[in-house]
Parts: sequence; C-alpha cells; structure tokens
Amino acid sequence: MTPPLVRHRLVVLLAATALLVAGAALAVHRAAGRAAERDRTHAGQPAVTKGEVRLGDGRRRLIFRNLVWGPQRDHLATVPLAAPGARRTAAPRDCLRFHAAAGTGICLRATGGVVPGHEAVVLDSRLRPVRRFPVPGIPTRARVSPSGRLVAWTVFVSGDSYAGGAFSTRTAIYDTRTRTLHDSLEDFTVLIDGHRHQAVDHNFWGVTFAADDTTFYATLGTQGRTYLVRGNLVRRTLTAVHENVECPSLSPDGTRIAFKKRIRPKGADAPWRLYVLDLRSGRETRLAERASVDDQALWLDGGSLLYALPGDFGADLWEVPANGRGHPRKVVASAVSPAVIGP
Amino acid sequence: MYLSSSRAADASAGVVRDRPGIRRAVAGTVVALGLVSMVTDVSSEMVTAVLPLYLVAGLGMTPLAYGLLDGVYQGVTALVRLAGSYAADRTHRRKLVAGSGYALSAVCKLGLLAVTTPWAIGAVLAADRTGKGLRSAPRDALISLSTAPEDQGRAFGVHRTLDTAGALLGPLAAFAVLWPARDAYDAVFQVSFCCAVFGVLLLALYVREPRAAQRPAHPPRPGLVRALRTLAGTPGVPRLSLAAVLLGAATISDAFLYLVLQQRHHLDARWFPLLPVGTAAAFLLLALPVGRLADRVGRLRVFLAGHGALLAAYFLLLLPLGSDTQLPAIAALFVLLGIFYAATDGVLMAAAAPLLPPALRASGLALVQTGQAVGRFAAAVLFGAAWTALGPATALAAAAAVLAAALALCLPVLLRDRPSATGKAVV
Repeated sequence: MTPPLVRHRLVVLLAATALLVAGAALAVHRAAGRAAERDRTHAGQPAVTKGEVRLGDGRRRLIFRNLVWGPQRDHLATVPLAAPGARRTAAPRDCLRFHAAAGTGICLRATGGVVPGHEAVVLDSRLRPVRRFPVPGIPTRARVSPSGRLVAWTVFVSGDSYAGGAFSTRTAIYDTRTRTLHDSLEDFTVLIDGHRHQAVDHNFWGVTFAADDTTFYATLGTQGRTYLVRGNLVRRTLTAVHENVECPSLSPDGTRIAFKKRIRPKGADAPWRLYVLDLRSGRETRLAERASVDDQALWLDGGSLLYALPGDFGADLWEVPANGRGHPRKVVASAVSPAVIGP
Repeated sequence: MYLSSSRAADASAGVVRDRPGIRRAVAGTVVALGLVSMVTDVSSEMVTAVLPLYLVAGLGMTPLAYGLLDGVYQGVTALVRLAGSYAADRTHRRKLVAGSGYALSAVCKLGLLAVTTPWAIGAVLAADRTGKGLRSAPRDALISLSTAPEDQGRAFGVHRTLDTAGALLGPLAAFAVLWPARDAYDAVFQVSFCCAVFGVLLLALYVREPRAAQRPAHPPRPGLVRALRTLAGTPGVPRLSLAAVLLGAATISDAFLYLVLQQRHHLDARWFPLLPVGTAAAFLLLALPVGRLADRVGRLRVFLAGHGALLAAYFLLLLPLGSDTQLPAIAALFVLLGIFYAATDGVLMAAAAPLLPPALRASGLALVQTGQAVGRFAAAVLFGAAWTALGPATALAAAAAVLAAALALCLPVLLRDRPSATGKAVV
C-alpha cells in the first residue's frame, strides 16, 4: 500500500464516519424530541386529571393504564363504569400491565436505569406497594383472584442472540396471605390425557383464578400447540382440559372461559379471534369481534367482555357481548390493562 | 511468556522465517476483520436486545408468534453458507462475498423500520441471517489465508475476542439509545444501520484479499463435484468434518443448560437473563489465550479438551447444589462454557484451515461449520425429545453419556499419527 493511498483511505474513512455519526445522532435526537412530545397534552384526547385513586371506594369504576399523551401517560386512571368516556382521574403510579380485585392490585412496571429491568409490585387498596418481585423479562399478563388473595403475572424471557435468540414465558403466582411465591409454573406437574407430560419447551402464560383461591386456569404452550390447563395451587398440578386456548379468562360464575383462539396457520399476520368456551359442555362460541385480539379479555359482568385492540395511542378498550351476538363497541380510547373495581 | 518461549523453540528447531517481526504480530487484515465483526455485532445485538421489547411494547405483538417463525430459516442459512463460500472460492473474491453478506445485513436494519407484521419481520430477520450465513466462511477463509499456518489459533482468537466484545457492547448501545428516547425503537434500528454501514466501510477499506490467494489472471474454476472430491481427498479433512458432526450432535446448547440450572436448582429469576452474558464474558477473556495455547499444544487436543470442559459443565449441573453453593456453581459454569467456546469456535477453524487448499478454503471451512451446525441441530431435537420422555435430570445425564462416548470415539481418530505434542506441524 503506498502512503498516498493510505492517506486517501483514512480521509474516506473519517468523512464517512462523520456522516454516519451525524446520522445516528440525528436519529436519537429526533426520537428524544418525539418522546418529549408524548409528555405534552394534545387537543381532542380524553381529559385526565391528577387525583387520588383507590381500589374500591364504594362505586363501580374501571381502572386501567392510561395511554393518553401527556404527563399522566402510563399512569393508572379510573372512570365510572357507567360513564367510561368521562374525565379520567389518574394517580402517579405507572404500570405496563395491571389488574386488581377486592382491594389488591398487581402492577408490572419497568424499573429505572440504563438497562431496562422489570418488577411485579403488589399494591394495597390505596395503590401503595406492599411487595416487589424482580421479574426476568417483559411483562405481558397480570391477574388478581376474585378475593384479592392471589396474584399472578407472566413475563417474556428473551435470550440474547449469542444464547439462542428464542423467546419463552415465565409465569408466577403469589399468595398474599401465606406470602408464598410459586415462582414458575414450570415446576408444577403437568398432566395431558391423564399422563404426566415433561418437555423442555413448556411455556405458561395468562393465569385466571377461580373463586376458591385454589383453582386457576392458564395457557400451556408446548411443541407448537396450546392447551387450556386447570391448575391446583395446593397439589401443584396442571391438567390439560382443552386445546387451542390462549389467555383464558374465567367468567364470574365460573362456568365459561373467554379466550383467544388461533384460527389461521402458524405465523399469519392476525391469527387470533375471541371465543367463549362453556366448561361443562365443551362448546365454543365465536364472538362478534372480527379483528385479531391479542389480549386476555376481562369479564365486565356475566354478559360482556372488555379487551384491548391496537389504537392511535397504543390501544383502545372494546366491549363485545359474550354470547356471540351483537357488535363490538369502543368503550375507552387510549387505554390498556383494565380491571373493574368496586362492589 | 508465550512469545519468548516460542521464539526459543523456533530457534532451537531451526525454523527459518522470512519476516520474523511481522509474523509475530497478527496480520492487519485479521485485526480489520475482527473490528468489522465487532462493529457488526454491536449493530446486530442492538437489534436483538430490543426486539422483544419492540414486538411487545412497540407493536403489541406476542413474541411467541415470532418465536414460532424462528427456526424455519435455519436450514436456509446453512445452504446459503455453502453456496456463498463455494462462490467465493470459485471467483477468488472472498472479500466481495463476505462484504455482500455484511451489506445485506446492514440493509435489513433499515428493513425493520418499514415492516410491522410478524411475517414481514420474520422475513427481514431471515434476510439478516442469510447475510450472516453468506459472510462467515469467506471471512474465516480471509483470516486463515492472511495468517501463517502456525499462528492460526492466535489469529482466530483475536478475531473471536473482538467479535464477542461487539456482542457484549451491542445491548448496552441499544439501551444507551433508548435512555434519552423512550420507546424509540426506530432510532435503535437507525443507529444499528449506521454501525453496520461502518462495518462494511471498514471491510472495504482495510481488509485485503491475501496476496497468496489473490485472483489469478485465468483462475481455475473447479466444478462442484470436483471441489467436493478434492475436499474429501484432502488428508485430515474428512475425519475432522465427521468429528465436528459427531461432537456437534453430542453438544446441547447452553440455553438448555441454563434451563436445567433454573429448573433443577430453582435459580433466582433475576439471574436468568444474565447467564448468557456471563458465558460470553468468559469466552471473551479466554478466546485469545486458548487460541494461542492451541497453536502451541495442538489445535485438535484443545478442541477435544473444550468438549471435556462441556462434559464437566454437564456433570456440574447434575450435582446436587445447595443454595449456598449456587453462586460458585454458576461462576464455574461460566468458566467451563467459556473454555468450551474458546476451545471449539475459533480453534475448529484454526485446525481445519491449514489442512485445506487455499483455492477451496472458504468452501472447506463452510463444510466443517455446517457439519457442526447440523450436528448441534440434531442434538437440540434429540435433547428436547429426551427431556420430554425422561425429565431434565435424566436427559442431561444421557447427554453426558453421549458426549463422553463421542469424545472416546473422536479421541483416537483425531489424535492419530500426530508428530509430537509440541511441534509446529501439529494442527
């Protein structure tokens, strides 16, 4: 290599590097500006007021993660169940996923710092943290049992590509009375068709609790299939009861399960539809929602379901009758992870 | 220590060297390729680190939907690797083929900005992996052709050290971007693209096609059948390839080992995401010293010893671990897996390269790499089945037995008729 060429090479390298650094800096700068934009209130959005939020103050209310842009984005907010479009009251408690029942809340949130970490926080009726658990991944599902005694959460565990690159889930259940943490459902005994089933690819997600604080349902994914499993927290067993069921949600009377069903071949863009399964007859009912639903539905009462669909600010909450008839209806704009609180 | 003792050994053995000062230093092209890999790994690991966050938080997608797509493309990339390296050998343009692979992966970072559905994201990531498949064997051929036969282990050690450093820096770079700009996954992809372009630029400007293997005026263009026949007839190549397949088939991936650790010993959940980082850090520290050791004591010995370290890791996980011994056990696991990677990743290439004729070096290396990958794929399938049938502990014990048997089979085959333990002719 001749010296002039070396100099030339260095000039090319330095010039191109300067361009690339400038491009990268510009991208980060613009993204930071956009992040600041999100903290400003925008016209035409639902109104949000800062205020005190309690889990159960005598009135039936809907509580959810507020997605409206502005200072209250990601905070827990409530609206009267009877007037879901009304002005929201938001408390300074940020959650990515949330659920509450009978004065107990479970909040899955990001912890601060450069490297993102996440934690599950059990909240009391005034949204004060009672216990914190570090979780090994990105929050996806959260549930509290009807009595408020048990809480469950699911996170996605992701390997770095030098470790394989695949995703898996981890689901934990915590008993607030005995302070017992079942830190992974993968330690439970799994029965499929009456036989003990072991596999390296067992993944569990989307717990829903029955009223007895012992029985629960969840999704088991293994070898490309998903099962509805009925769990027993005392015996630490999981029994498969139905196939192709994801993110179950048990009805208040304990007889039906709302779930998302994979209806197209693997990997299709929009593979899930909302269904309701009758546990006694095993009959499935397809609901009126035609969009793909990737959420764990919430029973508003015995007759209708609430669930999130992608929207302008992340997600909106929609309602659909649980009997397969009627039409879906947008109920709350810019919200996700709802729960009903109050009597 | 190694430098002075090996110089003394050379002097006593009467080895004549044409450029003693230069040969001791790793060739500029090797360092340049190492830096290219480092920058490219920063770029790709930035994306990998935020991909689940992006899918879940950014697109509201279930990562499992993408996870199901993953693996479909693995077979495709193996074919691309073989085809790409054969093309590199046939045209004598290893740098061009490797550069195309790097460039393809760079373009894919921009592609991620444009797509939002699982299939499309899967397709972009498949193209990214195709780029990786295209570049790895021609790059390894460039490393080996730029390096004297007795320094192969050291050269690959330098390359893998830089490569792994990039892999460890990537996630930090991604989170540094996300720090001022929350949810700015597009900015992560843009910065990742800039890194990848910088890598291509480094390759274009500072990597040179080795003179010994530069394109002749009328290059011989060996046909595919003839090339395969030549490789099959090259002494040492068939048995090394077979050993790579066999030992690969006895190697369960460390992701499985972390799962066993987690399930059998109830590892605290917060440690789990850090396990691959610990192993990569150990690999980073050990790649160069183990590569140098391989040059000195024999690469095949070190390659086999690396699998011994993996066997020790299996045994470690089979021991009953109390909660008080958990942390030392994890540290020991990092060291053992670090040794395993340091002694098998670059060292296998360093062992294979000098056996291969320069005109078929990329193809030969790709063949050995692919053999190992096919073996490991079979191991993953078999181990998954064994876990299902027998449970984690028994499956791991079975894997240990298989690995011990594979080692016992390969030991006499690989170490047959070697001149001496310390001689430079040992490969």
